[in-house]
Amino acid sequence: MASSEEDGTVEEKENNNKKRTKSALVTAWLTFYNIAMTAGWLVLAITMMRFYIQRGTHKGLYRSIARTLKFFQTFALVEVGHCAIGIVKTSVIVNGVQVCSRIFMVWFVTNSIRQIQNEESVILFLVVWTVMEISRYSYYTFSLLHHLPYFIKWARYNFFIVLYPLGVAGELLTIYAALPFVRRSGMYSMRLPNKYNVSFDYYYCLIIVMLSYIPLFPQLYLHMLRQRRRVLHGEVIVEKDE
Amino acid sequence: NSSRLVLFVEIQPQHCKTNRVEPNATIGEIKSMFHKSHPQWYPARQSIRLDPKGKSLKDEDVLQHLPVGTTATFYFRDLGAQISWVTVFLTEYTGPLVIYLMFYFRVPFIYASKYDFTTSKHWVVHLACMCHSFHYVKRLLETLFVHRFSHGTMPLRNIFKNCTYYWGFAAWMAYYINHPLYTPPIYGEQQIRLALIIFLFCQIGNFSIHIALRNLRPPGSKTRKIPYPTKNPFTWIFLLVSCPNYTYELGSWLGFTLMTQCLPVAFFTLVGFVQMTVWAKGKHRSYLKEFRDYPPLRSPILPFIL
Repeated sequence: MASSEEDGTVEEKENNNKKRTKSALVTAWLTFYNIAMTAGWLVLAITMMRFYIQRGTHKGLYRSIARTLKFFQTFALVEVGHCAIGIVKTSVIVNGVQVCSRIFMVWFVTNSIRQIQNEESVILFLVVWTVMEISRYSYYTFSLLHHLPYFIKWARYNFFIVLYPLGVAGELLTIYAALPFVRRSGMYSMRLPNKYNVSFDYYYCLIIVMLSYIPLFPQLYLHMLRQRRRVLHGEVIVEKDE
Repeated sequence: NSSRLVLFVEIQPQHCKTNRVEPNATIGEIKSMFHKSHPQWYPARQSIRLDPKGKSLKDEDVLQHLPVGTTATFYFRDLGAQISWVTVFLTEYTGPLVIYLMFYFRVPFIYASKYDFTTSKHWVVHLACMCHSFHYVKRLLETLFVHRFSHGTMPLRNIFKNCTYYWGFAAWMAYYINHPLYTPPIYGEQQIRLALIIFLFCQIGNFSIHIALRNLRPPGSKTRKIPYPTKNPFTWIFLLVSCPNYTYELGSWLGFTLMTQCLPVAFFTLVGFVQMTVWAKGKHRSYLKEFRDYPPLRSPILPFIL
């Protein structure tokens, strides 16, 4: 999906004095992590802009940022660890699904299927991801430093309204463009007969991935909308099964 | 003249109904009473508690043993539509039995039409069908005649979840095992023979444990006791393991994986093992909590390891 989302719990920690105080070491690590990620995505953004301004075209842009993108997006796996050990209060599954879908896009679609790297849809989701990640990581950084400017909070909880659907569009169009190349090359696929008695068709796997956006995207989008109402307008939202 | 308990059953957000009951009435009787005045909530879907955030009271609890005075306020929670455990088990086990046979007989529209209603030339495929079918027939018969369930019902949505799991995996496994391009095990007859021995051993073991657990509990009762080894050697594993039924179940599926040499079967075994480990650990923990003298040597599912 286009962006990661959370329960706004970093802010919850800030506002709610009853929560246990995190150890200084944990806070230091999280601050460092979020600053590093903000910096990384800023570097990506600037490199992308410079490329486009200098060359006037988006062709070759992906190749120029591919390594940096792979590094920072893969490093986000660390966040799943944060949730698992409890220093960040998002559910492991929610965060895990988000990070895995990003890693899937980066490593198993754009990285391995070279022919689609110059598609416009790739630029679309790259721009969306960059803006969302910069606003998200800077939001966490400033929250941890207890100095959150309102416009950062505003950005994190409003940009997604437009960027989320745009990002999903970019991702889906990219996968769709990749389909014929996957079919022709038979990549990542296994046919019968073989000694494991199993078969796997990456082409149909990608189609299933595309279809899975249909139930998953609305749920995440609505979740973000609820978070937004709670954080920006102080509304108390009662979840259905409470 | 003994004092009578006056019951207010408070339902949120609606207001109360007054009822009168004897002091020795049980929660089960109160649930029936409540069902009469609110026919849409049959007793199985009622959760009655003394405190809105407290634990649900059991049907056997008697009013005069509860911390209530001459009146009692109970809080009600709707558990949602319920379905009996027996129904769920019968449905989820009949599916794999039927589905596997459909693939075995190569019913049309599964494989290429030239293979319709043909049979595999590998004898291990026939053996696998017999083992798989035997396994699920055994489960069905155990559900009908052996198991004694402590809960009568479970939430309705579970049947969809469970059936998707069992039926889905059965179809996935059966597709490859009965495929015209199936490759028999590398080590041939030796591998198949060993696998069959493991499978049968664990099937008998699993059945022995189910019988032993059944005999722990007299008919109609819901008492809980520590299971111990009996004269049957297959139950001696109780010395080392709390939930040997899961241990034997894992063994059966490992045997079946070895027999068919099929990756989907291995995957099914792995997923089942993870789930059974979670259940075994929970059961082990509740045994430890409930019984002071629980044998310390026992592990939840794998001797000494897990």
